[in-house]
Amino acid sequence: MKRFTCDELAGLVTAYLEDALDRPDLDGVRTHLATCEGCERYVEQFRATVVALGDPPPEKLPADVRSRLMSAFRERRRL
Amino acid sequence: MGSFAGGGLPPDDVVVTALRAGDETMFAALLDTWSGGMLRVARSYVSTDHSAEEVVQDTWLAVIGGIDAFESRSSVKTWVYRILINAAKKRGARESRTLPWSSFEHDGAAEEGRGLDEVPPGGRQEPPVAWPTPESEALASEVRGLIAEGLARLPPRQRTVITLRDVEGCTSEEVCEILEISAANQRVLLHRARTAVRGWLADYFESVKQPE
Ligand SMILES: [Zn+2]
Repeated sequence: MKRFTCDELAGLVTAYLEDALDRPDLDGVRTHLATCEGCERYVEQFRATVVALGDPPPEKLPADVRSRLMSAFRERRRL
Repeated sequence: MGSFAGGGLPPDDVVVTALRAGDETMFAALLDTWSGGMLRVARSYVSTDHSAEEVVQDTWLAVIGGIDAFESRSSVKTWVYRILINAAKKRGARESRTLPWSSFEHDGAAEEGRGLDEVPPGGRQEPPVAWPTPESEALASEVRGLIAEGLARLPPRQRTVITLRDVEGCTSEEVCEILEISAANQRVLLHRARTAVRGWLADYFESVKQPE
């Protein structure tokens, strides 16, 4: 098992959340998180950030662009 | 949620057959499910709303023209997004020749060799301060705005990766295929981008914190 400093751990959060760590690294991260409140909170905030990113302001094509594309699709069938 | 996470679209072979047969409902469904995400991704490369809309429009025109020749070597989504990225890059390169905007190449190769263990800017501070639960709609919408502004400041490759992954809900495999990058490189770009966004949120929550 590896031992990580808090700084090192911060660099591994995405790999940890992606399940991309090898066994010794994963064990090292888990052990660190079990005993370090700051890093536990940091990882929680990382997760919260990902959740917040997944809730963006709505975005859509302007109506004129959409209707132009719909007619382009329709016309293609007549070629 | 990402605009096509799950999305409710049928499997690719059904989609492709319907498009080839001229099924307008299916085309409209794709258009409405994916265009929002495509606009967000296009904005990583071009400088105005108008340019982003044109890139998305050109992408759909290429899809309409190319659907008969589409071979299922990739998913439809990956195919569409690759067309989009190419169109957006071209457009962005053209703009950077005429506009004072050329951060596009700056996060390129330099990013590749860096290890995951390096602490990116905006990384771990000692110790991180607790965040409030964003119960109120006002706070949630401020956070949304803050994130949207922040994403615009990220280097384009980081912005593209975090937009595809965390905003649009693509898998890492899809992102690697769309951007033609390795899994490790994808993870580095994603990690840097997430670290930056977390840092902005932390600064924001710190600034609105009630004195105890
Ligand atoms: Zn720690």
